[in-house]
Amino acid sequence: MYHYTDFDAAFLKERNAQFRAQVERRIDGSLTEDEFKPLRLMNGLYLQLHAYMLRVAIPYGTLNSRQMNQLALIAERWDKGYGHFTTRQNIQFNWPQLRDVPDMLDALAEVDMHAIQTSGNTIRNVTADHFAGAAADEVTDPRPIAELIRQWSTDHPEFQFLPRKFKVAVTGAEADRAVIKAHDIGLRAVKREDRIGFEVIVGGGLGRTPMIGKVLFDFVSQEDLLPTLEAIVSVYNLLGRRDNKHKARIKITVHENGIEDIRARVDERYALIRPQFTGVDQTLLARIKANFAAPQFLKGDSAPYHSAYKHDPLFRSWADTNLTPHRNPDYAIVTISLKAHGKTPGDATARQMRLMAGLAQRYGHDELRISHEQNVILPHVHKGDLPSIYYALKAEGLGTANIGLISDIIACPGMDYCALATARSIPIAREIATRFDELNLEHDIGPLKIKISGCINACGHHHVGHIGILGLDRAGVENYQITLGGDGTEQAAIGERAGPGFSATEIIPAVERLVMAYLDLRTVPEETFLQTYRRIGMAPFKAALYPEEQANAA
Amino acid sequence: MPSKPFTPKVITANALLEGDVVYLTGDNWTRDLSKAEILTDEADADLRLIEASAQSDKVVGVYLADVTVNGSVPVPVHFREDFRAKGPSNYAHGKQEQF
Ligand code: SF4
Repeated sequence: MYHYTDFDAAFLKERNAQFRAQVERRIDGSLTEDEFKPLRLMNGLYLQLHAYMLRVAIPYGTLNSRQMNQLALIAERWDKGYGHFTTRQNIQFNWPQLRDVPDMLDALAEVDMHAIQTSGNTIRNVTADHFAGAAADEVTDPRPIAELIRQWSTDHPEFQFLPRKFKVAVTGAEADRAVIKAHDIGLRAVKREDRIGFEVIVGGGLGRTPMIGKVLFDFVSQEDLLPTLEAIVSVYNLLGRRDNKHKARIKITVHENGIEDIRARVDERYALIRPQFTGVDQTLLARIKANFAAPQFLKGDSAPYHSAYKHDPLFRSWADTNLTPHRNPDYAIVTISLKAHGKTPGDATARQMRLMAGLAQRYGHDELRISHEQNVILPHVHKGDLPSIYYALKAEGLGTANIGLISDIIACPGMDYCALATARSIPIAREIATRFDELNLEHDIGPLKIKISGCINACGHHHVGHIGILGLDRAGVENYQITLGGDGTEQAAIGERAGPGFSATEIIPAVERLVMAYLDLRTVPEETFLQTYRRIGMAPFKAALYPEEQANAA
Repeated sequence: MPSKPFTPKVITANALLEGDVVYLTGDNWTRDLSKAEILTDEADADLRLIEASAQSDKVVGVYLADVTVNGSVPVPVHFREDFRAKGPSNYAHGKQEQF
């Protein structure tokens, strides 16, 4: 866990004091909204449909219990008792009042947290594999490098007014759990001989023009990484289009200029700036790494786990879906579902946050993670403690056994909150989850990722959902478009549009037809939805989605 | 070509301090759409919009929203305005509590 240095703490204190004065000046009328808006956005404060919204960064998704408890306190004291975890490993508070925000930021600073660069055309919160430091398949823990990037990018004078926002994601494993190919820069740790380096991917992104990132360099050593990133962002800063907001992301820059051209420009820039990196960053990295040392793993008795697994079918079902192998065979990674059937994806109440914090403290080496899939993770749990954890979670509505299944849906806030939305997402997610729970088919269907966005900006990652749902406004009515075959992993793919959209009432039956068709079409129960789609393509699914057209054509 | 006939509107914004959705009444702001003043004359609406926008010490993001008139009560035309008038559909955290 990274702890702020005196420098970090002093910087944040000053920033918060500045913002407090800016809020006061807005309220007393000395600042107009036009003057104030960029200032509040720099501090993560948005104005949404019904209220302000404060977006707080959770760097690389890592929290300790003290931080989680503080988020609970903020939710209770200044919000309506809950928070919303997002696909970018942020937490959003939906109901702050303007006057209270400086106090909220001070409360965050007390636990080394902030809302800086969660908005604006800057380098945003650096995200990472939520199983970092725990996963069995990892080359190295990606978080020290993510923290180094956070420090380098925070308040970076050259990169405060980029052509557009800029998102970086890092993974330390071959399996991509951080959707790195859909980021402006995606980094994957790789090992060559005994050296750790990074594969550097650029130009991925979702939104209006979805693109899978391209490999810029297949191996950049750890020492050369920061100057390489600096060169990339600096090339983009000059070359990126500022004339058209929809063409301003680096994915378009890469697309229009070609990856070779970008590589040549980055090389040139790199040669120029490399001497400025004198190795200070490597000293810093070494210090950061010490903060992320693995916990002292316990040698305990796993018998309670085996016994609960044998005797309690509910525990067994949860263990089968919500646990992931840990690199220590006596341990497990626990994913806590924030997707109880019929509830809002990614929301946790203050009470639930406190419970999770308490469990992390008692059983989880004081670590929690937020996943881009809007769940909470206890990365280091001794197997013997799993039953206690499960029963405690279950009692607070957190025991849902659905990770990776059809009801583990990503949904952005959509038109229930977001000022940019063209349709709602939350009710669609809730209804799909409720429907498949009623049908009692979820576990039979197996791995299936549904992702829903309330507008083309694609915060709900619909393009990389096995089933993606995009909410649009068609002549003043909510309309939902389906894409199929998307994939956010190392085999990243953009989903293909299935056809005309569906109304809010038609979309649930449409998804049901799709899934029923899959159950008929799969060769064996082990063949997943995505595998089936890849084998047989769009046509049979289209036929299930649009039966009338089939009838008409016949 | 004759321009499109002017359809009824209300003036809406968010309150500066709370962020709440508000509507212009005579010379004040209300959180209740049914109490909003309905504007039926284009020139008048434009003028009122300019005046309302000047109240930046009270509100943010002032604009005209289309309504239909049911009896004497304004009803949103677009679903977005309907949500703004009521609050989010997933929790009774918005105005559903009050109205
Ligand atoms: S996808 Fe659109 S509606 Fe959803 S959170 Fe992003 S901007 Fe808002």
